[in-house]
Amino acid sequence: MTSVENKLGNAANFVDERIGAAGWVKKSLNKVFPDHWSFMLGEVCMYSFIILLLSGTFLTFWFDPSQRDVIYQGVYEPLKGLKMSAAYASTLDISFEVRGGLLMRQIHHWAANIFMAAIVAHLLRVFFTGAFRKPREFNWILGILLLTLGFVEGLFGYSLPDDLLSGTGLRITSAIIQAIPVVGTYISFFLFGGAFPGVGFIPRIFTLHVLLIPGAFLAVITIHVMLVWYQKHTQFPGVGRTEKNVVGHPILPVYMAKAGGFFFVVFGVIAFLSAVASINPIWLYGPYTPGQISAGSQPDWYMGWLDGLVRMAPPLETHAFGHTISWNILIPALIVPGIVFTGMALYPFIESWITGDKREHHLLDRPRNVPNRTALGVMSVTFVMVALINGGNDILATNFALSINQIMWFSRIGIFVLPPLAFVITKRLCLSLQRADRDLLLHGTETGRLLRLPHGEFVEVHAPISAEKAFILQSHEQSAALEIDDVDSRGVRRPGSIKNKLQRRLSKAHAVAVPKVTEQELKEIEHH
Amino acid sequence: MSNELIPSDNSAIPVHAPRATDINPKAEKRAEQQVAILFALSGIGSLLLIYSYIYVANDVFIFIPIMGDQNAQQLGIGIGMAMSLFFLGIAAIHWAKTLMSDKEVVNHRHEFRSSDSDREEFVKTVKEGVAGVELGRRKLIKRSLGAALALFALPPVLLLRDLGPLPKKQLETTNWKAGTRLVTDPGNRPILASDLEVGAVVQVLPAVEHPDERALSDIAKDPVLLIRLRPEDFQLTPQKFAMTHDGIIAFSKICSHMGCAVALYEQQTKHLLCPCHQSTFDVTRGAKVIFGPAARPLPQLDITVDAQGYLVARAAFNEPVGPSFWERNSQ
Repeated sequence: MTSVENKLGNAANFVDERIGAAGWVKKSLNKVFPDHWSFMLGEVCMYSFIILLLSGTFLTFWFDPSQRDVIYQGVYEPLKGLKMSAAYASTLDISFEVRGGLLMRQIHHWAANIFMAAIVAHLLRVFFTGAFRKPREFNWILGILLLTLGFVEGLFGYSLPDDLLSGTGLRITSAIIQAIPVVGTYISFFLFGGAFPGVGFIPRIFTLHVLLIPGAFLAVITIHVMLVWYQKHTQFPGVGRTEKNVVGHPILPVYMAKAGGFFFVVFGVIAFLSAVASINPIWLYGPYTPGQISAGSQPDWYMGWLDGLVRMAPPLETHAFGHTISWNILIPALIVPGIVFTGMALYPFIESWITGDKREHHLLDRPRNVPNRTALGVMSVTFVMVALINGGNDILATNFALSINQIMWFSRIGIFVLPPLAFVITKRLCLSLQRADRDLLLHGTETGRLLRLPHGEFVEVHAPISAEKAFILQSHEQSAALEIDDVDSRGVRRPGSIKNKLQRRLSKAHAVAVPKVTEQELKEIEHH
Repeated sequence: MSNELIPSDNSAIPVHAPRATDINPKAEKRAEQQVAILFALSGIGSLLLIYSYIYVANDVFIFIPIMGDQNAQQLGIGIGMAMSLFFLGIAAIHWAKTLMSDKEVVNHRHEFRSSDSDREEFVKTVKEGVAGVELGRRKLIKRSLGAALALFALPPVLLLRDLGPLPKKQLETTNWKAGTRLVTDPGNRPILASDLEVGAVVQVLPAVEHPDERALSDIAKDPVLLIRLRPEDFQLTPQKFAMTHDGIIAFSKICSHMGCAVALYEQQTKHLLCPCHQSTFDVTRGAKVIFGPAARPLPQLDITVDAQGYLVARAAFNEPVGPSFWERNSQ
């Protein structure tokens, strides 16, 4: 035994005799992690969160979250002598007078954008592969919660510098709060500490941004990751992979080295982006004053779709009994997002209700093999994309010499027409891909070699595909639609017939598939 | 083609194909050197960061093609940090991929459902625990507990009451009163009606005693846009036309949709556009909404001139400015 091993052994012994850790650590170190590039999307989320914590802590050392007026006396000439909030002035100081301060601001902002992008990509991966199915519904809901927290945290974060752009965002935020019937005006006055922009909002969202919400994030992320650990990771179908096992690399050393290395890669890429690509140059916007605005005011990318929905809303207000209800704000800013997020959170249960499938699933679906779900996903993405495009309608109009009114009308009509269209097209594409899989199994892959037969006919030679690939193409299960009768065995009409009918119809639509290759068909083709 | 195309026995993992580094000692040596070089690059990055931090002044700019002039200190710190992190990560991954074992192993899953006996035990324990409380039998405790809990919920809400003042009439009123002079923003100068030429656009605020001490909450509702057109360009009701002065019309600059500053004026079409959500208002028709999500025209300020010829408000706004709110009486 070397002396290093001796020392390590002593340390381990010290710990184990006090908390008996060897048992569960041994178990944990035997954990196996399946390999697939898409499994690193969740890792990107976690790593960018850690980067946010580190860079954010650095920024708090100099940032002054106060709306008190100061006269700027720093090194940035164009703003010298101007009245501004201490929050804005200290952000300028971080950018110009703290060495590496601008870099940290950029890292913090880039990491936030990448954090949200990685959450969305991770969510899409989990959705399209069916990883949210039993037993992972809790983790799906926690994921939706993290996404929602991300929106709020991001909005608060980019509002803190109190520049002209972020102040405009807060103006819109206050208008959304004011639009809530009955209590909106009061909530707005309490949150802002008076009439907009008030005196209290920046210090208050600072506390929420650096303490309360990161605390919630930490708690939820911990549970999220612990559940992945406890329930073990899902895996893609393949030879040797079943619902009862998990095949991959052990945590020590390969997974640890790869995941640990990947953290530094993510951090390095974000640092590089921050060094060469400037975002949110607040010194160009100037301090916030409600009487001014810059053209092309845009929120961060993940807020764009909400802004786009608000932009395309029809000018609807109800005036009655001395009160005003702003449907043009309530519907796009509160009601539609509420439906979208609730629907997302409930989806695992909705799908299990449609399919009647209450079993555990650890093998992932290939998206084509579940056409209905895949089509629904693409439909939702299309909805968000149309809204996002409209959120940038002013930028699109000026850059491509288009009419802003036409883009708006395109979006107003497109938001209703394009998502269903995307559903239909995607479903058909999925079925076509299933058909292609079937052809591949039956006839093999095209080789590009042409053969001339004795009687003059040309044919292309097909080569059989590998056994591993054949297994993957054939391993999914196809379940029949649910059969729900309107009457029970005694001929009595069941309660809830509308619900039954809906379930039957959805189940039928969900079960549409190109039949898998049967043994019989394989035998027949062998004889040719 | 035979049945073995689709392996029915899927417990067999495909045979592990050895990597070059597993069989060729030269390749192994090379991979080792590559990892060492990557670690060295990371070290160089750290040194670059330290050098830029200490020795590069923060007012030195260097020209980088495509990026233009860049602050040398910020760029050095940034690139150094990126290198030190990135190559550290790449080195670890390269090490893992080429030199550490790439044999996959199999773990078995267990069903998450607890055993039936555990579940029964659990139900029994809970039932016994609940029964021990005897809430069903002790009606008095049950009711007083309910009442206490209901009251208990109120203080946390009440404690937040002092976050801000009550709205009162703050959203309904502005600092414009009959006789208030219009002053330029910025500049704080009163405006002679005769100084405005046709086509001119000026942002104004109500004259106050200490213009430097204007609260932001006043600037959030007081700004007004003055626009001078030819009187014959207007298509206004007589009532609204009477609120103009010699072709000069005054609108609240605060958007009736979400309160952004309606700052974009198009001379040709005489349209005002809000940059936030593209609500478009036609100045000639009393800032009527002709496009976008805003539901109401911009409130118009009644203006005239005082004895010296300076523009003044003839009356306060006759409706609340800015975005809608529940208490707004729009009748």
